[in-house]
Amino acid sequence: MIWLDTIVQGILLGGLYALFAAGLSLVFGIMRLVNLAHGDLIVLAAFLILTVVSALGLNPFVGALLAMPVMFGAGWLLQTYVLNRVLGDDILPPLLVTFGLSVVIQNGLLEGFSADSQKLSAGPIEAASLPLGPVTVGVMPLLTLISAVLVIFALNQLFYRTRLGRAFRATSDDAVTAGLMGIRPRNVFAIATGIAMVVATIAALYLGMRANFDPTIGPARLIYAFEAVIIGGLGSLWGTLAGGIVIGVAQALGAAVNPEWQILSGHIAFILVLLVRPRGLFPRAND
Amino acid sequence: MTGPVLSVENLTAYYGDFQALFGVDLALQKGQALAIIGANGAGKSTLMRAITGILPSPRDAIRLNGQPIGHLSAPEVLEAGISMVPEGRKLFPSLSVEENLLIGAHVRTGSKYWTLDGIYDLFPILAERRYNPGTALSGGQQQMVAIGRALMSNPDVLLCDEISLGLAPVVIRDIYASFPKIRESGASVIVVEQDIGQALKIADHVCCMMEGRVTLSGAPHELSRDAIHDAYFGVSA
Repeated sequence: MIWLDTIVQGILLGGLYALFAAGLSLVFGIMRLVNLAHGDLIVLAAFLILTVVSALGLNPFVGALLAMPVMFGAGWLLQTYVLNRVLGDDILPPLLVTFGLSVVIQNGLLEGFSADSQKLSAGPIEAASLPLGPVTVGVMPLLTLISAVLVIFALNQLFYRTRLGRAFRATSDDAVTAGLMGIRPRNVFAIATGIAMVVATIAALYLGMRANFDPTIGPARLIYAFEAVIIGGLGSLWGTLAGGIVIGVAQALGAAVNPEWQILSGHIAFILVLLVRPRGLFPRAND
Repeated sequence: MTGPVLSVENLTAYYGDFQALFGVDLALQKGQALAIIGANGAGKSTLMRAITGILPSPRDAIRLNGQPIGHLSAPEVLEAGISMVPEGRKLFPSLSVEENLLIGAHVRTGSKYWTLDGIYDLFPILAERRYNPGTALSGGQQQMVAIGRALMSNPDVLLCDEISLGLAPVVIRDIYASFPKIRESGASVIVVEQDIGQALKIADHVCCMMEGRVTLSGAPHELSRDAIHDAYFGVSA
């Protein structure tokens, strides 16, 4: 029974990793941009929620709702004034720029908030748990997984059921021809990054409520996010959820064997998936 | 008398240091079908890229209804009223047939003469395939989607770049059979073709290009076979 419990906890943990990865997957799927600052942008959003929550004395969930439009705007501005200028056939300039951005965000946060660990306090819900058949699950991990599923579902609906989603897919296929349809690829990219930052804010909410965070933890979160995206198949949103769960379960199983193996097991699972399926579990047909 | 719907005056175009167009002039009258013929590398597609704003041009070198549009970007040119069926069709593989058509009306719907139903009337086979991925169709059907997509913005000027390329003669004939209906909508049409016979059949006016210049211009019945041959190949028959 302990194994069943471990696997369930791993799946729930996977929800958090899927949230870290969803924004990255969205941006990569639309503009083939690898955003090395994604983890730091999540941490930035966590500090933004913390600031709103402490200043107004709000619940973190309400704080995150207020932070979302701000982060959308930040993502839009970042894409319009920085990333659009370096997007092109060469993948190196955006990598360098987002790497630089990562350093800037970390140091900016260190200046503003010091290196102290912080946490978003959600009250009694943090320790609450539910009996679910033979296992007991924490309410917070369960909420995280449900949020991840809802976020991925919402992004999929946006992609495949809306006019904006149609423009996203057309631009991703062929930006020049999309321009002939009257679509302005740079505007589409700016909206996509804005949406990715809203998703990053949701990730930041659960990151901040479930663990301590400080200005320097972004890059470690980025690695989990990357692994989830690659395991799932580049550009596939449901694949990203599956990728997050694979890493979560692997980490939980590793930790059950020996707590020192938790992080290592996640990375080993990533390498094993790559060995068996180099394009990930659910690669897009036309990539 | 009203002026041409689209005019090109002394248009030059460059790819880096390489000059691809040398002072091209042409005029498209309202409701007219203009065929631009020429061999590979004559500059026909470059001319299309310049008109649609993919390639930057001097502001006043291209005018639509008298307004300068040479400086506009591709989305702005579409909004102004010019749409293109690009060479190679360029359907969006992630989109279904219907979505490929709808994306044509993403920004501009113009007179609303052409709607989804109108396109399905024009090409009934597309209605049957509407939920298939655009790129899962045969070449001829893909070309129909590309034409329908361009019509969905109800353009004043429809540009067709090499629409017969790679298609069987019977398929080409079917596609060109739709042109009278397209012209009934009031759109003026420019057809870029290597298939001279097909181009001459539907055109009111023909321009022949060679090495980035217009070498011959006139109504199809005014032009002799030899004159076209000379202008096309640059040598006498």
